Amino acid sequence: MNQADTAWMLISTALVLLMTPALAFFYGGLVRSKNALNTMMMSFISFGFVGVLWAVVGYSLAFAPGNDWIGDLSRLFLRGVGLEAQGTIPHYLFMCYQGTFAIITAALISGAIVERMRFLAYVLFISLWALVVYSPIAHWVWGGGWLAKMGALDFAGGTVVHVNAGVAALVAAICVGKRRDFKAAALLPHNVPFTLLGAGLLWFGWFGFNAGSALAASTGAALAFTTTFLAPMGTLFVWTLLDYARSGKPTAVGAATGIVVGLVAITPAAGFIGPMSAILLGAIAAVPSYVGLVWRAKTSLDDSLDVVAAHGVGGTVGALLTGVFAQKGLNGVADGLLFGNPAQLGIQAVAVAAAIVYSGVMSFVLLKIIGAVIPLRADVDGESVGLDLAEHGEEAYTHSGTQSAAA
Amino acid sequence: MKLVKAIIRPDKVDAVRQAVNSAGISGLTVTEVRGHGKQKGHTAVYRGQEYEVSLLPKMEVEVVAPDSLVADLVAAIIAAAKTGAIGDGRVFVIPVEKSYRIRTGELES
Repeated sequence: MNQADTAWMLISTALVLLMTPALAFFYGGLVRSKNALNTMMMSFISFGFVGVLWAVVGYSLAFAPGNDWIGDLSRLFLRGVGLEAQGTIPHYLFMCYQGTFAIITAALISGAIVERMRFLAYVLFISLWALVVYSPIAHWVWGGGWLAKMGALDFAGGTVVHVNAGVAALVAAICVGKRRDFKAAALLPHNVPFTLLGAGLLWFGWFGFNAGSALAASTGAALAFTTTFLAPMGTLFVWTLLDYARSGKPTAVGAATGIVVGLVAITPAAGFIGPMSAILLGAIAAVPSYVGLVWRAKTSLDDSLDVVAAHGVGGTVGALLTGVFAQKGLNGVADGLLFGNPAQLGIQAVAVAAAIVYSGVMSFVLLKIIGAVIPLRADVDGESVGLDLAEHGEEAYTHSGTQSAAA
Repeated sequence: MKLVKAIIRPDKVDAVRQAVNSAGISGLTVTEVRGHGKQKGHTAVYRGQEYEVSLLPKMEVEVVAPDSLVADLVAAIIAAAKTGAIGDGRVFVIPVEKSYRIRTGELES
């Protein structure tokens, strides 16, 4: 047990926990005011359902010994988990830290289905998804599973979190279907300052996500901190130039998106690459996500808040570039293509492909099962009046005098 | 008695309010509205999507004035709200049948 490590991981866990409310602001600002609370609740509710399930079952499925594919049930209800050391920190703390990842990963998916998915169906979906999809993939990479044994590099979850959530988001957007007024009405962000606030808080929390993934107050954590500091700056730089080239105006929504794309892309590479590589990685990652986002808007795919372009594409690019820029001299683990180990890029590609296939298939199966029991979509009236009133009986913005007391 | 209803540029509200006061009228009501006349909208870009903003923000100023003051009032509003470019707005003069003061219930003439 190490006290410095414990102190840093206590802070990191709280930092990552903050990312879920940050995501609520990021997403909440991008929808229309009639759906603001519903969209923000889709992030917050993950605490209540994914969080509880994580402690009860999910942690065991992800981190108990088990086999190459999934953990066993030996840590059901946290049996055998206590204040003893897990690495150099208390086992409880390790469990909490990993729980914050499961919570936000599930919440990320909501961006693809906002403004029309039935809330209960969504809650059922992310609850089951966290156990059936997230926990096994976390086990593959971090729980001693087959991707770990193969040598796949995923420092803080490019594959486990972002590729995984991005693919689930794509499947969910297709299964739930597009909004009824998609392309017929102007579906504008109602509060861009919320989105900028969310992006800023996400970056802040991401230092816990990436530098915390060193699981120690170590030089590795400092390296991950540095790359998390620099990569989004590289992305924002290129994103701004792309905005200028395309419309002549550097947009605020674009800046917020660019920062998140940079954070996503550096996630798998954080503790493995050097600072100049991080800037380059962030800069390169801007291009496919930007192009994907502009292209998506021309299709009939209503991935409403572009989870696929930001997390799916950004995560994939980051995971592959980890296999290019990794530097054994810095990380003590493995070199990438640029440092004489081209095989690493192949291993990274296998890890990404595995996550895409597993998450894609299982997310589809889960949505079909849930859709057979209850409707996935809100009804026509609810979608028209807004899901804040229809699903929650509340409005984000009320004006005095427009309501009267019930008799 | 007439209702003078002016649709003006949002940044002209203060000038028009002062013009109304100098014309000898003490009360007015201001409402945020959207619309367009001959003015073209502009383009907004959110993420990958471009939108035409064709209904532009305007302010509507409503003033009730005795017939004797209406001509001066309208001239003052036009002078205050005018930039000379498309999108300056309109002024309507509408007859008012009766006007009551809520505090006292009195009928004003």
